[in-house]
Amino acid sequence: MFSETIELRGHIIDSLILPKVLDQILTRGANFKIGEIKIGEKRADQSFARIEVSAETSEALDELILRLRQHGAEVIERANVQLGPAPADGVFPDDFYVTTNQQTFVRLNGKEIEVQPAMMDSAIALDRNKLHARAVKFFDVKKGGEIVVGHQGIRVVPVQRATSHTNIFQFINTSIAADEPKSAVIRELGRELRRARNAKGKVAVVAGPAVVRTGAGEHLERLIELRYVDLLFAGNAFAVYDIERALFGTSLGVHPDRVLGKGGHENHLRAINVMRQAGGVATAVEKKILKSGILHACVRHQVDIVLTGSIRDEGPIPGVTTDVIEAQKIMREKLGAVTHVLLLGTVQHSLAVAAMLAPTVRTVCVDIDAAAVEQAIEHQPLQSIGLVTDVEPFLRELVNSLASRAEEIENGNGEA
Amino acid sequence: MRELLLCPPDYYGIEYEINPWMSRARGAEAVLAQQQWKNLHTILAKLECKIQLVKPQPKLPDMVFTANAGLTIGKRFIPSNFRHKERAGEAPHFARWMDEHGYEIAWLPNDFYFEGEGDALFGGDALFCGYKFRSDIKSHRAVADMLGCLVISVELVDPRFYHLDTCFCPVAHDAAVWFPSAFDEYGQRAIRDHVPDLIDVAPEEAVHFSCNAVVLDCDIVLPEGASQLVGTLKERGYRCHELPMSEFLKAGGACKCLTMFLPQREVVE
Repeated sequence: MFSETIELRGHIIDSLILPKVLDQILTRGANFKIGEIKIGEKRADQSFARIEVSAETSEALDELILRLRQHGAEVIERANVQLGPAPADGVFPDDFYVTTNQQTFVRLNGKEIEVQPAMMDSAIALDRNKLHARAVKFFDVKKGGEIVVGHQGIRVVPVQRATSHTNIFQFINTSIAADEPKSAVIRELGRELRRARNAKGKVAVVAGPAVVRTGAGEHLERLIELRYVDLLFAGNAFAVYDIERALFGTSLGVHPDRVLGKGGHENHLRAINVMRQAGGVATAVEKKILKSGILHACVRHQVDIVLTGSIRDEGPIPGVTTDVIEAQKIMREKLGAVTHVLLLGTVQHSLAVAAMLAPTVRTVCVDIDAAAVEQAIEHQPLQSIGLVTDVEPFLRELVNSLASRAEEIENGNGEA
Repeated sequence: MRELLLCPPDYYGIEYEINPWMSRARGAEAVLAQQQWKNLHTILAKLECKIQLVKPQPKLPDMVFTANAGLTIGKRFIPSNFRHKERAGEAPHFARWMDEHGYEIAWLPNDFYFEGEGDALFGGDALFCGYKFRSDIKSHRAVADMLGCLVISVELVDPRFYHLDTCFCPVAHDAAVWFPSAFDEYGQRAIRDHVPDLIDVAPEEAVHFSCNAVVLDCDIVLPEGASQLVGTLKERGYRCHELPMSEFLKAGGACKCLTMFLPQREVVE
């Protein structure tokens, strides 16, 4: 979107100039936001309105503004962004602008440039020659690179609320507490995932060890088999729990029926050793060492897996990226095409991913901890739903709703 | 007694084309134009107006249309800033005359086009101002600032009716004669909101510049060719004085264009 701010003064109410200008904006497919309006009190008093006009293309905006000028609209000249050089590699200049995850534009020489990607907690690097504006992290910046400083010449466009109530994310737009009913919402999320799949959307799942430990692994496997997952983000611990369950039937040495398994907690380390010996998850699947579990399903169904490490890790198993900066880069790159994200039973990983998302990505966070849910969805206003619940019943119900629907279609009783 | 400013048509002629009426191929007949102007002068004098004459200038053929000289309120004169360079030369002559006759000259900023009484007519307490073809709306705001009155800006949409006084003519405090389709729908609504009693002019009469009339209380001096309008006005008790204006219509002007009130209003409320 491209925008300009115009001002109207005079007897714009009695002359119907204000409604005329607003009507012309709308009939030309553009939008307006009234920033300020002062209505004259006495008959001879003039009125004033400041209006932000936005249109899809700069040409459409220019043509519209030209017409509005005929009716007395004066365009407010916007200032250019201010830039400062990075004083050293990996260091931003003082007073650098910190991005939100909302669509953002910077103005340079009268032109607006969209900042790509829309990513929070970044700085903005500007390339004057290519007219590119990039959201950058510390490690992206080189000494002397031009970085936006201050707040001048920056325009942020928040995600607009839809006018219909068909979008469950905007309709609910909050978290659902532990003692509130969830079945209807979960079924609607199932429909949302189905719509996403039909529309060639991309779904990422961020999963914590709780998914395996609560016994929800089989539901996630089913979700993968039904082709509702395109990308899996997890940590080393999640992977090891899943592999331990696949190899020994236990997680941290405990069977799902809470019986301590043979070998107990040693199983955890033995699982790691098996994977280190095999050389990685994909190879282990190929050699039929790994014959079940979530990662196995991912390999079989070409789900992209990004495993990252942490300070608590044992191992790690091969394929885990332990350099956190490198891991962030990989995750950010993979998230580029993602339309939906399920954050399941993990606090830190969910928060890290949530901070990387564009504001338009539809996000569902499921965790037993209400505070974790709140934190994870707070950056996605109008696009997120949180459910405070154990992840196992959530996944069970979600997969059941999708699977029963899939059977209906297979039997010819439903539409695709 | 009303005081009016006129300019003899000594140099009048169609020498350029700045509105759809003008065609250099269809020139005005000088003798006939003189005769038509004299008839106007005579009738206005008969209606007990004090008539002032500004000296015509060579190469300024449209100076005869004094309504476009500016807008006079009390002893204050706001000169026009003509949109077309062909007429811009008139402004200093009018301003000098007004200055010599004791009027305070209040210039608008140079880049605000404003064509005087041609685009600014009081109806009741409001000053109706036309914009787009000649005056621009920014000048309306400046005039409102200067005069401290309500200004109703209306967009003109038919290039044949390029000045407000070609399609709108207040005849009383709450009544006006007008040709609605010369305005856009917002302009029409704004006029309807502020003038309770509107007399529509039929399209076939509007093209004779029937709205371009000089209103002197119950006497209305207008171009001939508007029998329906004249009938309506007579029914309402007005005395209509119809004049042949063929030679001035060739330049897109008639009775009102040839006349400026000194002043249009003594004071504004």
